[in-house]
Amino acid sequence: MAVIRDVMPAFELFQPASIDAALELLERHGSSAWVLAGGLDSFDWLKDRIKRPSVVVDLSAIAELKGIRTRGDGLEIGAMTTLTEVVRHPVIKERYSILLKAAEAAASPQIRNQGTIGGNVSQDTRCWYYRAGWSCYRAGGNICYADTPTAINREHAILGADRCVAVNPSDTSPALIALEAEMVIRSRDGERVVSAEHYFVGPGTDITRMTVLRTGELLTAIRLPGTWAGANFYFEKVADRNVWDFPLVNVAAAAVMSGDTVTRMRIAVNGVAATPLRLPAVENAVRGNKRDETTAAAAGELAIAGTVPLHHNAYKVPLLRNLVKRAVRGTES
Amino acid sequence: MDFLTWGRSPWGQSILTHVSWDLLWASLFAGLAFLIAHASYMVLSRHHKRDALETDRLEAARADLPERIGRHSLAARLFHWVMAAAMFVLLFTAFLPIVGIQFAWVTWHWVAGLVLTASIVFHIVHATVWMDFWSIWVGPKDVPELKAELLRELGREVDGPKPGKYPLGNRLYHLAIVIAGLLVVVSGTVMMVRIRTPLFTRNPYLLGDSTWGVTYVAHGLAGVALVGLVIAHVYFAVRPEKWWITKSMVLGWITRRQYLEHHDPQRWIAR
Repeated sequence: MAVIRDVMPAFELFQPASIDAALELLERHGSSAWVLAGGLDSFDWLKDRIKRPSVVVDLSAIAELKGIRTRGDGLEIGAMTTLTEVVRHPVIKERYSILLKAAEAAASPQIRNQGTIGGNVSQDTRCWYYRAGWSCYRAGGNICYADTPTAINREHAILGADRCVAVNPSDTSPALIALEAEMVIRSRDGERVVSAEHYFVGPGTDITRMTVLRTGELLTAIRLPGTWAGANFYFEKVADRNVWDFPLVNVAAAAVMSGDTVTRMRIAVNGVAATPLRLPAVENAVRGNKRDETTAAAAGELAIAGTVPLHHNAYKVPLLRNLVKRAVRGTES
Repeated sequence: MDFLTWGRSPWGQSILTHVSWDLLWASLFAGLAFLIAHASYMVLSRHHKRDALETDRLEAARADLPERIGRHSLAARLFHWVMAAAMFVLLFTAFLPIVGIQFAWVTWHWVAGLVLTASIVFHIVHATVWMDFWSIWVGPKDVPELKAELLRELGREVDGPKPGKYPLGNRLYHLAIVIAGLLVVVSGTVMMVRIRTPLFTRNPYLLGDSTWGVTYVAHGLAGVALVGLVIAHVYFAVRPEKWWITKSMVLGWITRRQYLEHHDPQRWIAR
């Protein structure tokens, strides 16, 4: 039977008004429940009939999950806060402008009005072989169709591939890693907090998931500590289109300077592996050095160590090197 | 409970992908159920033990034998323990992620698989050239021994043949391990062509979808079977009445009394 892609399939819809009610629903329905945030990733899956949950838990009515609040010397952003709200928030603009730039780089204004920061960091990969519903490793099968001699893999991974070569498409994730953000996860068993760096799961660890979220768990908030507030930031995204496109590669860096010298730096990239990657080797190499061309060139070379390009994505190697160079240098040119 | 999982090929065909991991729980349950059933039987039944006087007489008659009888050469023991270590790494790396303990397991798994493969190749050569090759195999000639063993297990006093070097249980277990082990090693080696290693050029299209499916299913079936087999093996290795066999796999020898009590000197001629 032909798939009717314009019509939403039937499922039982729940719209809880509190986190506790949502968690109760997720526990009750287990793996048959689908968590709906902004819907921009979800609706593709559902309308294409690739994912067929019997229950959808829509989080849009939960006020606790929305908004940006002061917390200690930092901020707490509710997971259902839209990307537009993130972009427009005055404290983010003043102290965490790297997140503003990253959120603003995502998709288009209309999508940012609907898309949430929780959804942006938790979205699934865009590998079209996987999203077409074929039985690849990530879908529980035993092959990666994107890593075959005839595959079209221009957008796929050059680092960290382990059977699956899909990449993480999030724009805000590297910025959150650079800011040393923490992800607040709740389930009926309680709350756990993981660093943004460790929120993402590579295929070597679990090939069917993109994040550490387990069945029954919700990402409820993202905490930005004051550690990197007001630092010297750099964010750049390269995509095929300037708007409404996923990154081919993006980079986010936060640096604290002492004159010309880098006192400390955190740098992360995305679009090159199944998870956003923090680059500790680069961070160590630039610490204590001048932020100049020499340091940037060395950092760029370190960033591409170990890359394994596929048939059609070797261009990502110099792209990654140059973006890291720019981020370390702090300027595009 | 499902036995197999199916996927869809790019051409819309239904293709085999894996065994259902429900089978892991079935194998685990079967192994533990056997363990509990056997342990209960051994505690509750009139389990027959050979008369000590009979062994005394045998030992007096064969005083010419050395006090220690060599049972496993150093090479054989090294093979066994290397294989055991590789097997545990393989089982843990294969199944812990399935039961929810997530870690980067693939490299550990294929490296342990290569160690297992190398140790099996070594064992085949070693057993063929330097050991009594046929002493571990079972065949129609073992039916009287099987019958006597079963009756003895049921508490009946029966005269029956004693085993040669390896008790019948050992030989049957070896047969099961040979089948499961070779299946897992051969299928696993072929599956390495699909992952990135320094040893093979990746070629996911080496086999057709259906053949790959059968290969993965064979690997999975052998893997879950090995879970039950390893549980049984470890159980017997730590049972008090079998401890002398386990000890011999460490030390390499058994005592003259154990030799005469448990083995037929005509079928296993001690040197």
